[in-house]
Amino acid sequence: MPTETEQSQAAAHRLYGMAASFDSPEAILAAAEKIHAAGYRRTEGYTPYAVEGLCESLGFHHTGIPLMVFVGGIVGGLGGYFMLWYANVVSYPWNIGGKTPNSWPAFIPISFEMTILGAATMALFGMLILNGLPSPYHPMFRAPTFELASQTRFFVCIEAADPQFDLERTREFLMSLDPLAVMEVPW
Amino acid sequence: MTQVASSRPRVIHQGTSVEGVTEQISDIVLKRPIHRSYILAMGMAMMLVMVLTYTVFWLIWKGVGIWGINIPVAWGFAIANFVWWIGIGHAGTFISAMLLLMRQDWRTSINRFAEAMTLFAVACAGMFPLLHLGRPWVFYWILPYPNAMKLWPQFRSPLVWDVFAVGTYFTVSLIFWYVGTIPDWATLRDRATNKVTWFVCGMLSLGWRGASRHWKRYQTAYLLLGGLAAPLVISVHSVVGMDFAAALVPGWHTTIFPPYFVAGAIFSGFAMVLTLAIPLRAIYGLHNLVTIRHIDNCAKLMLITGLIVAYGYGAELFMGWYGGTPFDWFMDWNRMTGPYLWSWWTIVFCNVLTPQALWFRQVRQNVPTMFLISIIVQIGMWTERFVIVITSLTRDFMPTSWGMYDPTIFDWSTLLGTMGFFLLCFFLFVRLVPMISMSEVRELVHSTDGGRHEPKDFAPKYAD
Repeated sequence: MPTETEQSQAAAHRLYGMAASFDSPEAILAAAEKIHAAGYRRTEGYTPYAVEGLCESLGFHHTGIPLMVFVGGIVGGLGGYFMLWYANVVSYPWNIGGKTPNSWPAFIPISFEMTILGAATMALFGMLILNGLPSPYHPMFRAPTFELASQTRFFVCIEAADPQFDLERTREFLMSLDPLAVMEVPW
Repeated sequence: MTQVASSRPRVIHQGTSVEGVTEQISDIVLKRPIHRSYILAMGMAMMLVMVLTYTVFWLIWKGVGIWGINIPVAWGFAIANFVWWIGIGHAGTFISAMLLLMRQDWRTSINRFAEAMTLFAVACAGMFPLLHLGRPWVFYWILPYPNAMKLWPQFRSPLVWDVFAVGTYFTVSLIFWYVGTIPDWATLRDRATNKVTWFVCGMLSLGWRGASRHWKRYQTAYLLLGGLAAPLVISVHSVVGMDFAAALVPGWHTTIFPPYFVAGAIFSGFAMVLTLAIPLRAIYGLHNLVTIRHIDNCAKLMLITGLIVAYGYGAELFMGWYGGTPFDWFMDWNRMTGPYLWSWWTIVFCNVLTPQALWFRQVRQNVPTMFLISIIVQIGMWTERFVIVITSLTRDFMPTSWGMYDPTIFDWSTLLGTMGFFLLCFFLFVRLVPMISMSEVRELVHSTDGGRHEPKDFAPKYAD
C-alpha cells in the first residue's frame, strides 16, 4: 500500500490544477485579486459571460487582436486595389475617351469592401487562433460541476504547473477565499 | 442612474435571473416539444419553397421571358425584390453593430434573431442577381476568376461593386453572427439532453470554456467586428443605390439615392424585425426579454428613417421642379398621374402617412397596432422599389421608347417563393439555435440587477 505522502505526491503529478467556484462576478473578481497578490501566475478564470477586469486582475493585458485586424484590413485593401489596378492598367487597359486607366475613384468601393472583408476574417481567425480554438478537450471539463461555468457559476483555477503550487497550501489558500467549492482538476 | 421614470418601460422585466434566462432560452432549443402549429407553419413555408424551386427550374429552362420584362423595362420585379430583401437585412446589422457601438443595451435581446434575419434576407436577395441573368449558368463571369480569355469583370460598374459589397456583407454578417453564438453553443452543450445534441453543440462551440483570456479576446474581436459592420451597412446599400444613381434615366440619376436607400433599408428592416419579434414573443413567451421598450425603440427608429424617406420623396419632387429639366419634372408628374399612379399613392400612404402615427406613444407601445404598421411599411417599401424601377423605365426620355410592364404569374411566384425560403430558414433557426444571446443577456441581467433598474454600464471599456 503506498503511503499517504506518496499517494498525495502521485495525485499532484496527475493533477492539472486546483479550482474554486463562486456564484457572482464580484466574488470572483475579489478572489482573482487575492490570487494574483499571493503570487500565482498560471491562473485562469472561467465565467458564463465576460467579467470586466477579471483577466486584468489575473495579470493578462494585451490581446493582440487589434493589430491583427488592422493588418488584415490593410492586406485586404491593398490586395483589392492591386487587383483592380492590375486588371485595368496592366492586363487589359481600355482607352475610354483618353481617361486614365488607373481611375482610382471608381476603384474605391471595391477596395473598401475588400478592406472590411480582410479585417473581419482576420478578427475571426485571429481570435480563434490566439485562443487556441477549436479545442475540443481541456482538463477543466473534468472538474466537477464545470458545466455550470457556461451558465451560472464562476470558476478560477490555479494550475499545478505554477511554480508556487503546492497541493495542501494552495487548497487552504483557495478555501480562505470563501468559495462555493474547491476541487481538484485531473488531467 | 438608478431611478427611472415610471412611464418608461424596462429593458428587462423585473425578476429575471441569470439562471432563469439560461433555462428559458436554452429550453426552447433543447426541451420544447414540437407543436402541430409549428409543423403546419413549416409545411406552408416548404410549399412556398416548392413554388420557388419550380419557378427557378422553369426560369432556367425557358429564360427570363417568363417574367414580364421587355424593352424598355429590362429590370422588373427581380431587381426590386433584390433591393427589398437587402434592405430588410440591413436592420439586423444596424442592431448588431451600430447599436453596439452606441452602447444601446436594448439591442441585447433582439440582436441574435435580427442578425439571423439579415443572413436569410441576404441569401434571398442574392438569388435575384443570379436569376435575372439571361444566362445564369455563366454567373461566375462576374467574379475575377483566373481564366485563359483575359476576361475581367467591369470593375468600374456599380453592378460589379454590388457583387463585392453583397458578398462581403454576407460573409461579415455570418462571421459576426457565428462569433456571437459560440458561448451559447457551449451552454447548450453543457445542458444537452442527448448525445447527438451534446456532440453537435460541442463541435459548434469549438470547445469554448469561458476562459477569461478568451473572453477578453472575444470581446475585442466582437467590438471590432461591430465597428467594421457599421460602415458596411452604409456602404452596401449605398452601392445598391448606385446601381440606379450611376445610370442616366430620369428618376434614377440623382445623388440622393445612396443615403435615401440606406434610410429606406433600415426603415423596412426594422419593420421586418417587428414582424418577426411580435409573434416570437407571443409564441415563445419572451415578454420579459423582448419588452415593450424594444417595440417602442424599433418604432422610434422606424419613425426617424421614415421621415428621411419622406424627405427623399420631397427632394426628388423639389429638384424635378427646381432643376428646370423637363424630363425630371415629367418623371415626377408621371409618377403622380401616369399609368402607375396607384403605386405612387400607395407609397405615400404606406411610407409617409402611416409612420406619422408613430409620433404617439399609445401607438408605439400598442403591440397589435405595431404589427399591422410593420406589415404596411414592408408593403410600402416593396412598392417603393417597384416605383423606382418600373416608372422610370416605362417613361424615359423619348416617347417612342415608352412601354409598359405587366408582371406575370412567375414574377409573383419568385417573390413569394423567396418569402417561403426566408420563413423556412427562420423557422429552422428558431428551433435549432438559441434565438436570444444568452451570454449577453446574462450580463445585462447582472448589470440591471435582475431588471430592477437601468443598466449600470454597458459595453465595458477595453484598454487595448
